[in-house]
Amino acid sequence: MVLANEPVFARQHLLGIEGLEAAEIEHLLDLAAGFVELNRRSEKKLQLLRGRTLINLFFEPSTRTQTSFELAGKRLGADVVNMAVARSSVVKGETLIDTAMTLNAMHPDLLVVRHPESGAVALLARHVRCAVVNAGDGTHEHPTQALLDALTIRRRKGRIAGLTVAICGDILHSRVARSNILLLRTMGARVRVVAPPTLLPAAVESLGVEAVTDMRRGLEGADIVMMLRLQSERMQGSLVPSVREYFHFFGLTHEKLEAASPDAMIMHPGPMNRGVEIDGPVADDINRSAILDQVEMGVAVRMAVLDALTRRLRATS
Amino acid sequence: MSRPLLVVNARLLDPGSGFDQRGGLLAVDGRIVELGPQVTGALAPPGTELVDARGRCLVPGLVDLRAGFGEPGAEHKERFESGCLAAVAGGVTSLALLPDTDPPIDDPAMVEFVARRARRAKLAKVYPQAALTRRLEGRELAELGLLKAAGAVAFTDGFRAVADARVMRRALAYASMLDALIVQHPEEPSLAQGGVMNEGPVATRLGLAGIPAAAEVITIERDLRLLELTGGRLHFAHVSTGAAVAAIRVAKARGLRVTCDTTPHHLLLTEAEVEGYRTFAKVSPPLRSEADRQAVVEGLVDGTIDAIASDHCPQDQESKRQPFAQAAFGVIGLQTLLSASLELVVSGRIGLSDLLRRLTSAPATILGLEAGRLAKGAPADLVLLDLEASWTVTEKSLFSLAKNTPFEGRTFRGKVIRTVVDGRTVYTAEDAS
Repeated sequence: MVLANEPVFARQHLLGIEGLEAAEIEHLLDLAAGFVELNRRSEKKLQLLRGRTLINLFFEPSTRTQTSFELAGKRLGADVVNMAVARSSVVKGETLIDTAMTLNAMHPDLLVVRHPESGAVALLARHVRCAVVNAGDGTHEHPTQALLDALTIRRRKGRIAGLTVAICGDILHSRVARSNILLLRTMGARVRVVAPPTLLPAAVESLGVEAVTDMRRGLEGADIVMMLRLQSERMQGSLVPSVREYFHFFGLTHEKLEAASPDAMIMHPGPMNRGVEIDGPVADDINRSAILDQVEMGVAVRMAVLDALTRRLRATS
Repeated sequence: MSRPLLVVNARLLDPGSGFDQRGGLLAVDGRIVELGPQVTGALAPPGTELVDARGRCLVPGLVDLRAGFGEPGAEHKERFESGCLAAVAGGVTSLALLPDTDPPIDDPAMVEFVARRARRAKLAKVYPQAALTRRLEGRELAELGLLKAAGAVAFTDGFRAVADARVMRRALAYASMLDALIVQHPEEPSLAQGGVMNEGPVATRLGLAGIPAAAEVITIERDLRLLELTGGRLHFAHVSTGAAVAAIRVAKARGLRVTCDTTPHHLLLTEAEVEGYRTFAKVSPPLRSEADRQAVVEGLVDGTIDAIASDHCPQDQESKRQPFAQAAFGVIGLQTLLSASLELVVSGRIGLSDLLRRLTSAPATILGLEAGRLAKGAPADLVLLDLEASWTVTEKSLFSLAKNTPFEGRTFRGKVIRTVVDGRTVYTAEDAS
């Protein structure tokens, strides 16, 4: 399907979904689909990235994403190093650009970066020589999450174009929502965002979505229901009055789910807050919930991204 | 005293009076003694410095309502020497310095420090603005009377809005006794809190926290109500939204003693500059939408906006080479104030004289300075301006220690050829002939 000597994905970095063409997304998903099968075998190790070094650089802790990238790198044969950069060392004065210079001197081939500030990963990418993968920057983007969600949808539904997707919860602070909106719109899905006005960004419609504050109306006819995590510091009166009020209006229950399409699939990027944004029984409903599939697709998608970003490098060396 | 100065073959422009004639100008002992078509080389007293303007414009030196340096406390960002050189290279001969230094200018001794440092730099005239509240904390009034006596030309908390309505009311009331000017940074801090750019589609897409346009007009409308209670004079700095312009237009029509300014960057640039997380476009108030920008231009044209100020805010590389939210606010603007503003003349939005008035006599009147006029007896603060020559803003072309300009790479038409302060030439363009 893809010509080996003419890469469809010819970018140096993956900093976001913004700007990606549908064909590039499709290509990454195709690549990932192959890795899903590999990951299910007992012998999982490839040698594609043998001799290459991947550094996981996390300025914000995330066990799941970091582990997923670590597995992806190791299964492709790369040497993987995890660098947890505590906030304190940033406070001590080393700037992001100093960090980039330090890393350059270590000659990694791939950098996977998570940072609490929007745009920080792009800033770092401008100052390093290797490929950079954005593993989440502030409230901006989290492209591999959107790709793994897309792969999950494609495998269960056979397509993305024409589906109605409801993204529910803290849209305002969610990089997962932004990347998903961009990807789903590029691939031809209809997207609704469902949240109280205090959790919706200004002019959210400019992203090409419909904003709905009534959960039942938001879920109407939805093929996919994506739930977002609500962080605890935002639950106590600043943006929503209380956990129980939030759950009452925006928590996903079987009852609210009745408005959605009968075969609607439920997704959550994890970790879940049971009883806040999602009712326990809904999360555990194996017929509806794709939450564990998402985790599985995560490793495959990250392998695909690491593979795609190093193809040119591998071809020239 | 300096030698007499005679400029001949000039287009003499005094925007304050609308005077626009070919002729010459003679300055003796720092003041203009004669100007008009009758002034020729024959008039030169012995020892005169003779300048042939070759038909270029001779205009009053600019008066900048608001600029900040780094002294004291951040000398690596801007010193009086570098800042004043940037000023005169941009045609600014008088500027009102912001008090938000470290320590702030909230004590008469600090006012005198500014005057002394400016005298030593010997370039532009620097007039200190003093803190409105002690330590710029927004709680207790600074010694407005003593500060004014020491030479403060206005009172402001600089980049901080006076948030507390009662403090603002008392400040306005007390200042009215002194006929002192209060300058407000109009932004409701609780609404702007955490925001790093204009709220809207660009901020939403970039995942950056927004500052709503309403944060500006809310403070303006509140302060206008207070001004009605107290009397006095109030000036709003760097107006950036259509709603604010509309509110001030109404207040002026009702006869309130209110004035305001905007900046070249708010006149020419929009929030789109932030794309790619460009921290040189991070400024307070933020660059706004295109609709707001147009409304601000309209406000300038119809006179609602009295003046254009540079809002010069030098930041070093370390403060700007940061993730956007962590980077410092502010752009430099002294050297580009005139050239950038002239873009509006080039594009036909406003006449030359009307624009120059907002950079010279209008800000001088607001501050109560004897400046900004090309008239007999006025201080010989002059700019020889070539409207046809162009120049490109580059790091090298800027005299500020800091290089945080949002106009880097831009070519402006309209170039300062020579700047004169009190009859003394303090700047000539390198390639001037």
